[in-house]
Amino acid sequence: MAPPVTPTPRRRGRRGRALTYLGALPFFLYVGVFLLLPIGVLAVEAFRSTDQVTFVESWSTDSIVAITQGAYRRAYLGSLQLSLITAVLGAVLGLALAVAVLQTRRNLLLRRLVLTASGVLANFGGIPLAFAFIATIGNQGVITALLQNELGLGRGGFSLYSMTGLALVYLYFLIPLMVLTITPALEALRPQWREAADNLGASGWQYWRYVGGPVLAPPVIGATMLLFASAFAAYATARALVGSSLPLVTLQIANALSSNVTVGSDSLGKALALGMVVLIGVVMAFYAWVQRRTQRWLS
Amino acid sequence: MTTLAESVAGAGSVAPETPVRAGRRGTGAWRFVVLLLLGLYFVIPIAASVVFTVRDRGRGGVTLQHYAEIPGSEGFAAAFTRSLALAGLTVVIVLLLMIPTVVLVDLRLPRLRTAVELLTLTPLVLPPIALVVGVRSVLSWAPDYFLNTPLADAFFALQKPELPWILVFVYVVLALPFVYRALDAGVRGADLRTLTEAARNLGASWPRVLVSVVLPVLRTSVLNAAFITFALVLGEFTVAAILGFETFPTWIVRISGSAAQLSVAVSVLSLMVTWLLLLLISALDRRRGTKESS
Repeated sequence: MAPPVTPTPRRRGRRGRALTYLGALPFFLYVGVFLLLPIGVLAVEAFRSTDQVTFVESWSTDSIVAITQGAYRRAYLGSLQLSLITAVLGAVLGLALAVAVLQTRRNLLLRRLVLTASGVLANFGGIPLAFAFIATIGNQGVITALLQNELGLGRGGFSLYSMTGLALVYLYFLIPLMVLTITPALEALRPQWREAADNLGASGWQYWRYVGGPVLAPPVIGATMLLFASAFAAYATARALVGSSLPLVTLQIANALSSNVTVGSDSLGKALALGMVVLIGVVMAFYAWVQRRTQRWLS
Repeated sequence: MTTLAESVAGAGSVAPETPVRAGRRGTGAWRFVVLLLLGLYFVIPIAASVVFTVRDRGRGGVTLQHYAEIPGSEGFAAAFTRSLALAGLTVVIVLLLMIPTVVLVDLRLPRLRTAVELLTLTPLVLPPIALVVGVRSVLSWAPDYFLNTPLADAFFALQKPELPWILVFVYVVLALPFVYRALDAGVRGADLRTLTEAARNLGASWPRVLVSVVLPVLRTSVLNAAFITFALVLGEFTVAAILGFETFPTWIVRISGSAAQLSVAVSVLSLMVTWLLLLLISALDRRRGTKESS
């Protein structure tokens, strides 16, 4: 990071320096208005509530209390459970896929196909994926029909419109996300380490146990966090697949916002959203800590 | 023996450009199983969707009718052109915002790097639905507090159903992590400091340096960033749905009830087209990237 031998020429002194900082201003203004302000407003307005009769607004923790109980509590637990399971599964399978693809050294085409497909599925996914799965294993799906009519098998109690079905669809964008996130870390594993281990007589298992594993652990944990956050935030897929029939926070938020019937459901939506931000904040603090460790390991 | 061959090859090259671990070790059977099973998992839904859309329910056989129907179907043209416009505007704004910022941070303000990095990466983990609930709250200030002020008019102007600018501004935030990472990788790969100093010493002005030196060097990164942003906007559902605007994805969901095969046809087609475009860009990327060694 040390600058090259010639120091940067200082042409304009203090005024130039102020001008330079001014150049970064648009970015900070933009982020302030369109990212920090909405979240800040969320944090304040979740504590406002409108009286059912008089429509007078006042400070209260009603909404915050409400979201820790009953259906909302179940929604948080449902979302957390689904995200945790799909994140861990996605991380394991994605890691396996990334390693398998990177090791096919000669087949650069396969590598590029998998990486670009991962880019599409991980970032673009959402709605198209949900419909692809409906066409495949939905009630009218091609594979459903194949299993039932041609092979005479039932579906074994499986339904696409359940938590299990949702998990199956989530993995379809979480595994690619893992591949994208972990590939740089896998590429950073120096071949010399493997050679050194080999020359010292280590077995493949010993290499992964004492060298590859410890180096890869922090990025893998970090990537799993990212998968968790992504699954936790997913709304489009769930909305397209199950409407609002499953206990998931994102679906509950949309419900709360779209219902004009009950006064104060708006405030409930804000409280639910704030709850998501707080939970993700906790996860992200852990992620930041992991990142720091990663840097120490790989530098 | 393979180990020996690899050590020799490794010793010959100065820098390991594509570090790949020894692959010929062991049987490689697990690799085959992983590729096969996951390959099936990823191919089957797409293949089944294609079958779903081309089979003719009435007479049996194959028909491309549902694909032919897409352009003329109710609401498609409006929703799709709106999404294209939103995507184009988002790309322009996010690049205008981020290219100068990334370059400036790299060259003159390395002290701000951590702050910029943290802020740009936040939308990666922040649930978009939480962000949009916040945006919705801010937008509701207009009728609640500032009615009949210029500010309220500005708020309403942002929410025109034909071209909702508010979506553009939120999408820029959602695109920040991807754009920042793409540009940052480009800036790190090229030695911008030396290049810009050389240009400055030869008498180029800063705007000239940006246009004639920085942009050409970052061409692939900019292209990557633009493409990811474009795809992101075309596929974005949550924000548009919560704010109640009709874009391409919300249109697919709306018609899915009455035209199941059409909605699947559009979905498959959009996935395929995005993938092909990304493949094309990665091919361009590789042609340029061979010398720079990622």
